Amino acid sequence: MGVKDRLFPVGGTALILNILKYIVVIIVAVVPLIPIWTMILWLAVQSFSGKVILGIIPSDFTFNNWRFLWSPMKMGLKEYPNIWPITLNTLFLALGVTGLVVFISTLGGYALSRMEFKGRVGLMQFIIALHAFPSIILLIALFVILNHLGLYGKGIMTLVGIILIKAGLEIPMATWIIKGFFDAIPWDLEWAALVDGCTRWKAWRTVILPLVLPGIGAISIFSFLSGWSEFLLVFTYVKDEAYYTLPVLIYYMIGEYKFIDWGMLAALGLFYAIPTIIFFSTSQKLLLRIYVGGIKR
Amino acid sequence: MVLKISRKVLPWIFLAPMLIMIVFSWIAPVLLTVYLGFTDLSSKNFLDFVRNFFTEKVHFTLENFDKIFFAKDPYIVEALTITAIYVLSVLSINSIFALVLSIAIAYFIRNEVLSMILRVSWLIPRIMPGIIYALVWNWFIDPKYGMLNTLLKIVGVPEAWLPESWLLTPPYSQLLMIMVNGYVGASFGMIIYTAAIKSIPTDIINAALVDGASDFQVARHIIIPLLKWPMLFVISWQTLSLLSSYEYILMIWGSGGGGGYAGIARAAKVMVWSLYSYSKAFAAEEHLYGYASALSLILVITGVVLIVLYFKLFGFRRLMEPSRIEV
Repeated sequence: MGVKDRLFPVGGTALILNILKYIVVIIVAVVPLIPIWTMILWLAVQSFSGKVILGIIPSDFTFNNWRFLWSPMKMGLKEYPNIWPITLNTLFLALGVTGLVVFISTLGGYALSRMEFKGRVGLMQFIIALHAFPSIILLIALFVILNHLGLYGKGIMTLVGIILIKAGLEIPMATWIIKGFFDAIPWDLEWAALVDGCTRWKAWRTVILPLVLPGIGAISIFSFLSGWSEFLLVFTYVKDEAYYTLPVLIYYMIGEYKFIDWGMLAALGLFYAIPTIIFFSTSQKLLLRIYVGGIKR
Repeated sequence: MVLKISRKVLPWIFLAPMLIMIVFSWIAPVLLTVYLGFTDLSSKNFLDFVRNFFTEKVHFTLENFDKIFFAKDPYIVEALTITAIYVLSVLSINSIFALVLSIAIAYFIRNEVLSMILRVSWLIPRIMPGIIYALVWNWFIDPKYGMLNTLLKIVGVPEAWLPESWLLTPPYSQLLMIMVNGYVGASFGMIIYTAAIKSIPTDIINAALVDGASDFQVARHIIIPLLKWPMLFVISWQTLSLLSSYEYILMIWGSGGGGGYAGIARAAKVMVWSLYSYSKAFAAEEHLYGYASALSLILVITGVVLIVLYFKLFGFRRLMEPSRIEV
């Protein structure tokens, strides 16, 4: 058998092995995805259909499922809060988290990447340790702290408290991500600016900041999405319906609508997923880089 | 002189906001969890406590740990069993299934586009907002409108085997719990493994192929041995996050059952340890914050011990770049 044959085997065993390989691929990588694809397809189809056959075949095209956008949602005597104030709450939470996280972790990431100080390595290890630590089990203690600060049951101030908590929980990871972006900028650039007579502040603003903008974009998207998807903190700490966010509203609506109006639930779900869909389709590479760089469950 | 001082102080000015936030969101609650675990805090003395952390109405007690370690709380054993089933099953999906999956996606499939489509599809459960994931699962398992039973019937599962309600009938509900979290977890392993597989020098693989090795032999004798560290990383990292994760369970069983997660999760036998702790604080009538904190404290201690272990095991560098391969 020549080298060529071995590189491109044509024999019977090779053929069988090749077929076997694709069988493995289909069983392991494709078949388990059928439920996920079905679910996504259903969400899109159901939200615009009056009736749905077999879960995924549309019929009766309608906008009726989207009526929550212009009329109140009622279930018997119970009237749900209007969707737009709830959307604003969600936006407020997401933007608040984004602002805090971006500002604070950019400062911190810059210091960790560029400055010499005692305990630098220790601090980095501590940040990694926090990243591994499951914050979700601190909810009870955070509830006590929120109460102690008088931020519980105070309407919009409760949301502010949640922004602070959520931002605090995201900051270690965001700092770590942005530090990576700073690390990638060559020292020489900053030196050159400093030698040419820039102050450190000016060097940072005119030389470093533009280069690190993709990183800032990355943590903005990342923290926006994480604030937008935040469920547990709002679910646990906000008891006044007027200050619900979209995921909490959807949570309560699933239970009451699921036997009656899947169409509206699907439309509501799709409405809520819009930012995620937009960000994921426009900046997929950036997001993947984050997901590879530092992942929390 | 002024310059010298400012050089020393400047980093800390940059770091101060971050440190303050970390104290607020991480360190204070961890310390408070330790403290609360030894108290009898409940809805009875809660208001006094939030006004004054050292009020006399809150007592120091070891009763919480008595309840946990000597199973005076009759539910502890069941919570522990369910947690063990949950963690071990999802963990094997995350580590072993995800390994086969990654080899299939990143090595067996040579077509970049196809590989990318599959990778992105596997990421969908992780990227979707949790409540939408809960919504689509609630639909999917619905016996009347959903597709799960239909799909299973197409594959040939006899109708008698299918439960009336996937949500409420154990052990089907437990199977559902594992599937739901397994999809999210599999993508974690996949991300780490595929990055690692991509970073294997192609020379090594090509050399084996030229020598006549089949793709299966390459996977078995080259790729899998090189993935030892990433695999250990996935297992240890996921152990910690699985031990404390209950968000999807709460969302699916809570929303599907109309909002009251505690009773339903218990009836469906999906009440894992961390959810049990959460429900003791926020769903039980007496709001047993003290006892719930003691339950959480067990997880906090486990977490700290495991993290120290990770540093010993992987070292700092490997923890930072889990998917790097050293050949």
